Amino acid sequence: MAVSSPPVDLSAALVLEPVAALDWLVILPVAWCIGIGAVLMMVRHRTFLHPPIAVAALGVLAGFDATLLWHVAQNGPVTMVMGRWLPPFGIAFTVDLTGALFALIAAMVALAGAVAAVTDINDSGRRYGFYPFLMLLMAGVSGAFLTGDIFNLYVWFEVLLISSFGLLVLGAEREQIDGAVKYGFLNLVGTTLFLIATGYLYGIFGTLNMADIAAKAGPLRETAPLTTLVALFVFAFAMKAAAFPVNFWLPASYHTPRIVVSALFAGLLTKVGIYALIRVSVMLFPLERDDLSLVIAAVGALTMVTGALGALAQTDTRRLLGYLVISGIGSMLAGVALGGPGGIGGAVFYALHSMVVMTALYLAAGLAARLGGGFSLASLSGLYARHALFSALSLMLFFAVSGLPPFSGFWPKVMLVKAALDGGAGWLAAALLFTGFLTMIATGRLFLLAYWRPAAAAAPSGQAAVPATALLPLIVLTAVSVLIGLFPETLLGLVQQAALTLDEPSAYLHSVFPAGSAP
Amino acid sequence: MEPVFALLTGIFLTIAIYLMMSKFIIRMLMGVAILGNAVNLLIFTSGRIMREVPPVIGPGLDVPAGPVANPLPQALILTAIVISFSFFAFLLVLSWRAYSTLGTDNTDEMRVAEPDGAPPPPLGY
Repeated sequence: MAVSSPPVDLSAALVLEPVAALDWLVILPVAWCIGIGAVLMMVRHRTFLHPPIAVAALGVLAGFDATLLWHVAQNGPVTMVMGRWLPPFGIAFTVDLTGALFALIAAMVALAGAVAAVTDINDSGRRYGFYPFLMLLMAGVSGAFLTGDIFNLYVWFEVLLISSFGLLVLGAEREQIDGAVKYGFLNLVGTTLFLIATGYLYGIFGTLNMADIAAKAGPLRETAPLTTLVALFVFAFAMKAAAFPVNFWLPASYHTPRIVVSALFAGLLTKVGIYALIRVSVMLFPLERDDLSLVIAAVGALTMVTGALGALAQTDTRRLLGYLVISGIGSMLAGVALGGPGGIGGAVFYALHSMVVMTALYLAAGLAARLGGGFSLASLSGLYARHALFSALSLMLFFAVSGLPPFSGFWPKVMLVKAALDGGAGWLAAALLFTGFLTMIATGRLFLLAYWRPAAAAAPSGQAAVPATALLPLIVLTAVSVLIGLFPETLLGLVQQAALTLDEPSAYLHSVFPAGSAP
Repeated sequence: MEPVFALLTGIFLTIAIYLMMSKFIIRMLMGVAILGNAVNLLIFTSGRIMREVPPVIGPGLDVPAGPVANPLPQALILTAIVISFSFFAFLLVLSWRAYSTLGTDNTDEMRVAEPDGAPPPPLGY
C-alpha cells in the first residue's frame, strides 16, 4: 500500500541541476587524498609499494590543484555543496583564488617531501604509516584551504592535526615523545579555542556558512559583540600559526621528528593557521579587523623580531630553522594587520613563498647532516668542499628567506614594506627590514660555519654520496623560489586578484548564493 | 534555562583551565577531558534550548508550524565529541609512553628535546 505523499517543491531545498564537470575539482583534492590514504592502509605490509603510489598520487593532486587554480582564475570563485542541499543548509566547499593558490603550493611541497622521504624514511617508518599519514595530512590541509564552512574548517584542522601527531611520533625516540607531549597539548588547546569561538559564532549568527556570515555581519554589528568574537578567533589562529606569545610549542617539537616530517610541518601547518586568520578576519569581519589591527601589528612585529633573535641563539640547525618559521609568521601577521590589497596580498604572497622556502631549508638541513655528520653548528663544517652544488642551492635559499633579490622572498617583503609606509606604520616597515637584517646574519653565520669552515680532522664524517631523491626536491624547490623571484608577474597578478576578492567578497558571495542573499 | 547552562559551562571551563595549568600531565589530561565537555555544553547552549518539540515538519508543510528544538548543535556536538575523545585517547597513550620512556610526568623535568644550558653557537673559527 503506497502512501502517496503530496508533491513537494524540492528546488527550495536542493540543487537540482547536475554539478558541472569542472566543478567537481572543488572536492576532488580532498576525496583523492582520503582515498589514496585508504589504499595505502590496505597495502601497509607491502612497504615497497608506498613510495611510488604516494609520489604518483601527490603528483596527480598537484595536477588537480593546478587545474582548479586555472578554473578559478578564469571563472571566479566556484562552489559545490555536499548532498545537494542548498547553502547555507548544506556544507559548502567554496574555492577562491586564495584557497586555490594555497592548495596548489601545498601539494607541490608535499610532493617534494614525498620524494625526499624515499631515502629519509626507512622501512620501519613506512610500516608505521608515514605515507598514509602524509596523504591524510594533505586531505586535512586541502580541505582547510577549500572549504566554505567554518565548522568544516574546524574538522579539517583536526584531521591535519591528528595526522601530524602520527608523523611527529614516527620512530618514538625520547626527544620525539617529549616534543609530541608539548605539541599535542598546546595544539589541542588552540583548536579547542577555535571550536569555542565557532560555538559563539553559531550562537550569534545561527549559520556557519562563510558567505552567509559575511552577508549577515552588517546588521548584527550594532547588537552583537563581534569584536570580542573576532579577537577570540585571532587568538586561536595565532596559536595555530605560532605567533609570539603563544608559539612555544613550535621550537619544542619541530626539531624532533625525521627531517622530512619537519620540512612538511614547516611548509604546511603554520600556514593553515595564517590562511584561516586571513579568511576569517579579512573576508568575514573586515571592520573588526580594523579595530584589532594595532594588536595584530604589535604581535606580528614581536613575532618576527623574537623569531629572528631566537634563530641567532641556536646551535642546532633544525631549531634555528624553527625560529625562522616563526619569524616569517610575523611578517604575514604584519600584512594581515595592514589590510588593504597591498597588505593582504603581501601576506598571501609571503605565505606561499614561505611554504616553498622553509620546506626546502629543512630538506637542506637534512642533507647537510647527511654530508657533515650532524645538526650541531659546533661540529658541522666543510660542506662547501664536499658538495659545491648543494652549497650553492643552500646559499640561494638563505638569501630567499632573508628577503634578498632576486629570490622569492624579495617581492612579498617589498609589498609589505610599501603597504606599511603607505599606511603610515613606519615602525612596522622598520621591524620588517630589521628582521630581514637579523635573518641575514643568522643564515650568513650558518653558511660561514657549516659550509666555509674547513672540516676539522676529528669531525665525524658523513656519507659522501648524495642520493638523487634527496637532491632533486631541493633543486626543484629552489628553482621555484628563483623563478618566482625572477618572473614574479604571473604570481603577483594572481595574488593581487586574490587579495581584491578577499577585500570585496561579492564574487565569493555570488558563487554561494547565485540568486541573491540567503533566506 | 540558558543562564543556568551558561553558568555551568563557565564552571566547567574554570575547572578545566585550572587543571591544565598544572605541571603534572595526569592533571592536564583530566583538564583536557573536562575542557571537551565544557565546549560541547557551550555549543549546545549557543543553539538555544527548547524542550519537547521535536524538529519534525508536519504533512503538507514546507517549514515547521512553530518553534522547534534546534537539531544542528547536536550534529556539531556529535562531531566534537568524536574528535575530542580520539584526541584524549591519543594524549592518554602518549602520556603513558612519555611516563615510561622519560620516567616522569612532571613537565618541568621533560627537557630532553630542549636541554637546559645548551651551549651557544660558536662565535667564529
